[in-house]
Order: sequence, then structure tokens, then C-alpha cells
Amino acid sequence: MRFTRNAAFAATALTSALLLAACGGSSDGGDTTAPTDAPVSDCATGSIKTAGSSAQANAMSVWITDYQIACPDATIDYQPVGSGAGVEQFIAGQTSFAGTDSAVTDEDLVAANARCEVGAAINIPMVGGAIAIAYNVEGLDSLTLTPTVLAGIFANNITKWNDPAIAALNSGANLPDATIARFHRSDSSGTTDNFSAFLAATAPDVWTFDGGKDWIAPGGQGAKGSDQVAASVEQTPNSMGYVELSFILEAENAKGALIDNGAGPVAPTSQNASNAITLATQVGTGDDLALQLDYAVSSADAYPIVLVTYETACQAGLPADQNPALVSSFLTFAASDAGQGLLSAEGYVPISGDLLTKVRASVASLATS
Amino acid sequence: MAIASAERATGSVHLTGRRLPRWAPWALAAASVGVGLLVQFSGITAMGLAPGIVAALVFLIGQTTASGIVEGRRHAVDRLATTLVYTTFVLALAPLLWILITVTIKGLSVMSPEFLTGTMRNINPRDAGGGLFHAFIGTLIQVGIAALIAVPIGVLAAIYLVEFGRGKLAYFISFFVDVMTGIPSIVAGLFIFTALILTGVLEQSGLAGAFALAILMLPVIIRATEEMLRIVPNELREGALALGVPKWKVVLRIVIPTAISGIITGVMLSVARVAGETAPLLLTTFLAQSTNFNPISGSQASLPTFIWDQISRGTNAAVDRAWGGALALILFVLVLYAGARLISRYFAPKTS
Amino acid sequence: MATITQPPTQEQPLDPDGIAGSSVRRGDRTFLGLSTGSGIFVLVLMAGIAVFLIWQSIPAFTENTANPLTEQSWLPDADPPVFGFAVLFFGTIVTSIIAMLLAVPIGYGIALFIAFYAPARVASILGFLVDLLAAVPSIIFGLWGLYYFMPYVVPAAEWLSQYLGWIPLFANDPEIWTKSILMAGLVLAIMILPTVSAISREVFLQVPRMHVEAALALGATRWEMIRMAVFPFSRPGMISAAMLGLGRALGETIAVALVLSAVFEINWQITAPGGNSFAANIALKWGEAGDVGRSALIASGLVLFFITLIVNMTARWVISRRKDFSGAN
Repeated sequence: MRFTRNAAFAATALTSALLLAACGGSSDGGDTTAPTDAPVSDCATGSIKTAGSSAQANAMSVWITDYQIACPDATIDYQPVGSGAGVEQFIAGQTSFAGTDSAVTDEDLVAANARCEVGAAINIPMVGGAIAIAYNVEGLDSLTLTPTVLAGIFANNITKWNDPAIAALNSGANLPDATIARFHRSDSSGTTDNFSAFLAATAPDVWTFDGGKDWIAPGGQGAKGSDQVAASVEQTPNSMGYVELSFILEAENAKGALIDNGAGPVAPTSQNASNAITLATQVGTGDDLALQLDYAVSSADAYPIVLVTYETACQAGLPADQNPALVSSFLTFAASDAGQGLLSAEGYVPISGDLLTKVRASVASLATS
Repeated sequence: MAIASAERATGSVHLTGRRLPRWAPWALAAASVGVGLLVQFSGITAMGLAPGIVAALVFLIGQTTASGIVEGRRHAVDRLATTLVYTTFVLALAPLLWILITVTIKGLSVMSPEFLTGTMRNINPRDAGGGLFHAFIGTLIQVGIAALIAVPIGVLAAIYLVEFGRGKLAYFISFFVDVMTGIPSIVAGLFIFTALILTGVLEQSGLAGAFALAILMLPVIIRATEEMLRIVPNELREGALALGVPKWKVVLRIVIPTAISGIITGVMLSVARVAGETAPLLLTTFLAQSTNFNPISGSQASLPTFIWDQISRGTNAAVDRAWGGALALILFVLVLYAGARLISRYFAPKTS
Repeated sequence: MATITQPPTQEQPLDPDGIAGSSVRRGDRTFLGLSTGSGIFVLVLMAGIAVFLIWQSIPAFTENTANPLTEQSWLPDADPPVFGFAVLFFGTIVTSIIAMLLAVPIGYGIALFIAFYAPARVASILGFLVDLLAAVPSIIFGLWGLYYFMPYVVPAAEWLSQYLGWIPLFANDPEIWTKSILMAGLVLAIMILPTVSAISREVFLQVPRMHVEAALALGATRWEMIRMAVFPFSRPGMISAAMLGLGRALGETIAVALVLSAVFEINWQITAPGGNSFAANIALKWGEAGDVGRSALIASGLVLFFITLIVNMTARWVISRRKDFSGAN
């Protein structure tokens, strides 16, 4: 039985060694600085579950943190399973509201209305996002692209960094004679959907592929999730990929390209994207704020590749055990200046202007019981 | 036989036949390294093969040839087999140790008492700090319940297959256990999600996750236990039965204790397999950032979903936490494993 | 060596210790009932899963406008829905074959090393380390494969396509060597190694010492002893170990999703990016799937289920031809 004794001994020794080593490590502690004045006027208590889009996961995190600090008796859990699964769980009555990259419409809206029994389900745009064209070329600090050239690259027509089409837009830049290592999402995603919709709207001659949540253009390499696309670009020299802006905030090698939609190069910043989102038109009725984005927007301070993520909630009729009071209170906080003010630092785009006024009206229409 | 005739042919009267001198393998190894260095520095390319591979091939071929000439075919094959067995071991150990070391180093960078006792409640993705206590509790509860369900059923089913099972029923059970090992984990989660959660029997909870994990554990436990029970020598069973011991006592007191170490390895493998399962838990449990001891209701985190969540956040602090979570998961299994080994030693039949 | 046929097991007519016959029978009956019940539970569970999978995949099959066996795209939520399993089938099988070709012999090698070659002290610690790896979550294998292992696989893949590129399998037209089917197969091989080696090691350790010593006493070399005394005894267990490994390889989700550049085309060039597998595809598409899409993914789970069914039938057929060495038959 020597074998078993040795194994047990090795395990114990290894564990204690690791634990000892662990004790030596340092920690910054988990304290988050509490906001100076209470951002939530009427705290609700209890807990809710909510699920959906992974694109807004980090925005949800910061809202939940600040809300829970202000209201210690509340617990909100957001599970970033994907918009489709999030809407399904909401319709199935598993969650109190859903986070989704595309507004719930058609058959799904009928089902969602049925789920809300006496009330209706409404889409509330709560988090905007910019899709950055992340690139990694040593020494290339600034890159400008037009929708046509961008579509050419992602349609596999432009394959070299020193292609004349790219060089023409970046005179003076030192473009390498290297193949563009292209990365796209290998999972289904709202980001892919919005990006290909942008290309289809702005460069229809070059981009001839059907839109949708799945990438279907030839060539390039797939990576799972925005995190892996960003990490792939960060690691691969002479690469390019599309990710939400927040995923390149901490990057060292990857930068976001400037997009020239006719009014000069526009940088992918939170402010520029917010300006573009404000110009979207409402296609939902009443308090349902489903939006149609204007990808062709041509303005010197509007970054055109944007997306909007929604919270889909019951205006009334949410069962009491799913805590409508907390849903209302939490979304009110999210739509407040304090809530929206948290977004830019995380690489998201706050809702602003008239749209924000409408959002607050929609949130105010949510029943609290 | 072959040896005798060979000896007669060469007129040798040695008891052990001719052997390579003890220094021969070492000399050959040195020569191989020399060839490797030659490839490395001389610019001679052997089809672009790496010097290490060239050296290994030279050693393998050289030793087999030399041994074949001096010692005969049987010993040449033996030496070849020995070298290959050692090679496979080193070959396999390299990536495996590499993973363990990577996880340990990356994990230790965030490991701290706070990391083990804290939770992710009110920690933003970009903030450093936070912890996995909530996830650890969740995994403990979920895997524990799964094991409580799967181990008795699995071991009993294996006992049925080996000790009692005859005919069509046993054949079908055994066959479908094999098929069950191939169920993708996400399908198990899907099954629980639609069968128990959408029908309103359960909400998304630790218990639902445990059911999904139990489905995944079951075939591994049955197959491993079955395999171990089968190789318990029949002489033991027959001896006990001949002494008039009832069958159930033979199984519980003779067969199982003899096979216990293998059974525990099987159970550990199944626990290890499901402890790291992410996909089914994403469907059946609900990701939580706070501690929840209640498996029946409310959101409950687990180590794999914690890791999955942190990685997909994409921020540096979150990815670091994910590696810390992986290290914690390995340590968790390590401790379980050591415990199981001690238990198995306690139950094993006393030898000498 | 020869197995004695099982004596009648239902009742023991002689009762020298004076145990009451009726209580013996009751104990046996309870025990038989419990264990049979557990066995039947497995069947019920499997039937439940199968029925559920079939039931949930019916909408996908009725909506699909393409031939599910030959179609090479996956657009179940498009109008009209179009999807097929050909690409998934190809990718799953080829990655699993690569994994098995590498992991099974190496896994047996590790097990042999631990059981018969290594000094006991070294062996137990190393064997234990190998077992631990079964616990590493697949997402970690995936990340490790992607960021630490791939830089070393790329030169090997380049070598293969340079020197063996005349075999179509190793050709590489895009001249990109990352995220390939080969890469996925290698990561899978490493993932299933602990499973294969842990179980075959246990089986090797159970070989009766007498058989081993008898073989050595007759003058067999160590290898001959293994071939003549160990392998025949362990063969069913070794096959079982390989099957458990194959099960994990076929169903592995996250790691494949991370290291394979998922593309919907049958990609024979195993060193070039592209390919897909059933489980990875489910993970990649699940979160954003619509109604038909979800049903189509469940249908693909059903197909995977049938693949394991066929694989296991084959394995059983192999084992059944060499049954006679099992300890208890």
C-alpha cells in the first residue's frame, strides 16, 4: 500500500505548499469606492435573476455593483448566456427581464407579451456600444478606413496591408508587405450581426453576404467571443478583427481604426458613438423603444459602427416572486445620470439626448408591483 | 525452443546469452546527442527535423540494430519497447506538466486569503481583487449532490452487470452505459433544462445543475467500477461462496474491497470530469456573484462557471481571476483525491 | 488461467455457519433488486434523453429545406432554414481520430511505464499528477492550447505540409497553420490522455502477479511478459479505457470551440484553419439561436448520440471476440 500513502502524502504536501505560497501573495483587496451621494432614491429589496446578451455583461456588472452598494438588501444576478437564450429564458418565465442585442419583435414579442400576462413586453435601449476595428501592426499608430475598404478586407478581396486601397487612405503610413490576419467571431453574436449590417448598408457593392448573427464570409480565422477575438488580435502581428470597444481598452498592441463615412476619419470613442446612436429612429410603438440605427450617418463626430442593447421587461404583469419593484428600481438607476455615467469608463456608450428622455419615460411606465 | 536452438547453433554455453555491455546505451545516447548537436550547429538539415527528434531517432535505430546483432531479435524488441515506453511517458508528461505549471504560476499571481474567502459581490470586471468563495461553495454543493446521486446508482448498476446480469437486459444496460459516455455535456444540461426547468419542477438552481452533473458522472462510474469488478479473480468469489457466505455479503465484503482502489479512481475521475464541466451548468444553474448555500432556489455560482464568466469579461483583472479559479479547482480535486486515497486505504483488504 | 464457469449463484444449499437460509435469501433478493433497479434506471434515463432529443429535433427536420446529410452550411434560422451535418460529422470524426491515434498508444505507454517500468515511488507521484489533469476544466485546456501550445504546433504543421504536402491531407493552400483540425486533435489528445492512462493503469495493476512472475520465470523479456501475460488479461479494460477517452473526445465542447477556427466547409487540409465539430457547434450557436436553430442544434446532438452508438457497437464487437480472459465472465 505504499502507493496510496505516497499519493496522499504528495497531495497534502503539494496543497500545503501552494496554500503557503498563496498566503505570501499580495492582494489589492476588493473594496470598491462607494459613490459619494446615494445614487438610488428608492431602494428595493430581495433578489432577481436576469440573463441575456454577453455584450452588455460588464455594463450590468458595474450597475449591479453600485446598486447593491447603495441598496445592500438587494441582489441582482445577470447571466451572460447570449441574447437568444436570454430572451428564451425570459419568455419561459425563468428571469425577471432579458438583456438582448436586438429588440424582441414578431413572434418572440407575441410570446413575450403572453409571458407578461396582463401587461406588454417592451424593449428599452439601455446600453450603447461601438464596434471597434481592432488592428495590430507594429509602428502603425493610426489607421483610417472607409466602409468600402473595410468591406473589401473582410470580404477577402483586400488581403495585404500595403494594398493600394489602404495606402491611399493612409498616406505616409508605413504599411507592411504582409497578409492581413483577419479574425471574426466563430460564435453566433449580435456584434457580427451589427457589423455585417453596417457593411451591407454602407458598402453594398462589395459586401454581398447575407447579414445575420453568424459570420459567413470566406477566409479569416474564427475566435470564440469578443474576448478571444481581442486577445487574438493582441497576440498576432499584422492582424485585424472587430470587437466591442470595451475589449480593447486595456490592449497594448491592438488599436481601434478610424472610420471615414464621408465626413473625415472618426475615432471609435464612447462620445462619438453616442452621437450616432442618438440619430437612430424608433420603430417600436408607444413605450417600446425598438430602434433602427442609421449606419450611413456622415458627421465628423459620429462613429457609425454602433450597436444598441436592450433590456426587455414586462410593463406590467410580472409575478410578485420575480420582484417587479426591484426590476423597476434597478432599471430606473441604470437609466439615471449616475447609471449612464458609469458606462464610458467601461468602453460602453451611454444613451443621451432625446432618446434618454424616452428611455426614462419607458422605465417609469414599468409597474412596481 | 528458439533460444535453445540459437545457442546450439552458435555453440554458446552461457546461461544468459550475449548481452550488450552496460555502457553501450549510454555511449549510444551520447553519440545521438552528438548527432543532434551536429544538426543544430552544422547547418546540415535532416528534412528540417528538430535536432532533438533526430537524436531520438538515431538512438532508437542505433540501439535496436546493435542489440539485434549482439543479443538477438527478442532482446532488440524488448529494448525498443522499453525505449518507446519511456519516450511516450516523457512525451506525454511534458504537456501535462506544462499545463499544471502554467495554471499554478498564473493562478498563484491572484491567490491570496482574500481570493479564497471573498466573493465577486460588488466587484467590477476591471477591479482587481474579489474572490471565489461563492463559487467554491457552489461547486462543493453541486458536485457533492451529484456524487450522492451517481455513486450509489453507478456502483449498484456495475454490480448488477458483473455479478448478476445475464442475457438481454444486462447486454442492453451495458451497451447504453457505453453510449452514455458519449453524451456531450451540453446535451445533459439541455435535457435537465427542458425536462425539469421548463416544466416548472425546478428553477435554475444548484440542484438542477447537480442532476445534470450526475448524468455525466454515472457512465464513468459504472464503466470504471465494472472494469474493476470484472478483474477481481473468480477464485475469491468461489472460495467465499464455497464457505457458504451469501452472495450479497461476498460482493460487499470480498469483491468490492478488493476492487475499492480502482473504484475510487473511477469515482475520482468522474468527480474530476464533472467538477470542470461548464456547459451543462450554464443552462441549469444561474450565475451568481454572491454566496448562496441553498441548492434548491436562487442563483448559485460554481468554479467552472466562475472561470467561464471571468474569461469572457476579457479584462486583465478578470482573466487573472479565471486562472486563479482554475488553480483552485485543481487544488479542490487534489484534496478530494488525497482524501479518497486515504479512505480507500482504510477499506482495502489488509495485505500482509 | 482457464476461467471456471460460475457456479450456481442463486442460493447456497449448504450453510455451515448456521446463517438462516431465509435471511440469506432476503438479503440476496434485496441486493439483487437494488442493483437491478439501478441498472434499469440507466436504461430509463437513456430512453428519456433519447426520446427528448428526438422529440425536440422534429421541428428542425420538418423545417429544413436541405438534405441534412450532405448540406455544408448551417443557417437554420434563415428563411428558408438550411442546415446539414456533413461538416460537423467530418470535423468531429477527424479530430477524434487524430486524438485517438496519439492518445491511446501514449496513454497505454504511460500506464505500462507506471505499472511495470518506473520505480514505485516515482511512478505513484507521476501517475497521480497525470490523474490530476483530468480535473483541469476544458476551457483551461483550450486557453492553454491557444496561447501556449499553438506556437509549437505551428512549426510541426509547417513541417508536415512542407515534406508531406504531396499527401492531400497535409497540403496547406492558405499557408496559415493555426487553429487547424490538427491543432484541435492534438489538444483533444492531451485532454483524453489522463482518462486513457488512469483506467489502463488500474487494469494493468490488477494483472495477477503470478501470471507476471510465471512469464518472467520462463525467461520472457519484460516486453514479452507484457505481450503474453498483461495484454491478454487487460484487453477488455484497455479497450474500455480507449472508449472512455473517445467519448470525451467526441463530446468535447469548449476546448474545440476555442482552438478550432469554426468554418462550415469540409476541410481535408488538416493543417489549415477550418472545420467544426458537433459539440463545439452547439456551444458556439446556442446562445443566439432562434427556435429552429435551437431545434437544429438538438438534432445535431442526436446525431452525435447515434455516432457514439455506432462506435460502441463496433467496440463491443471487437471485445466480444476476445472475451475469454476476463476475471469474471
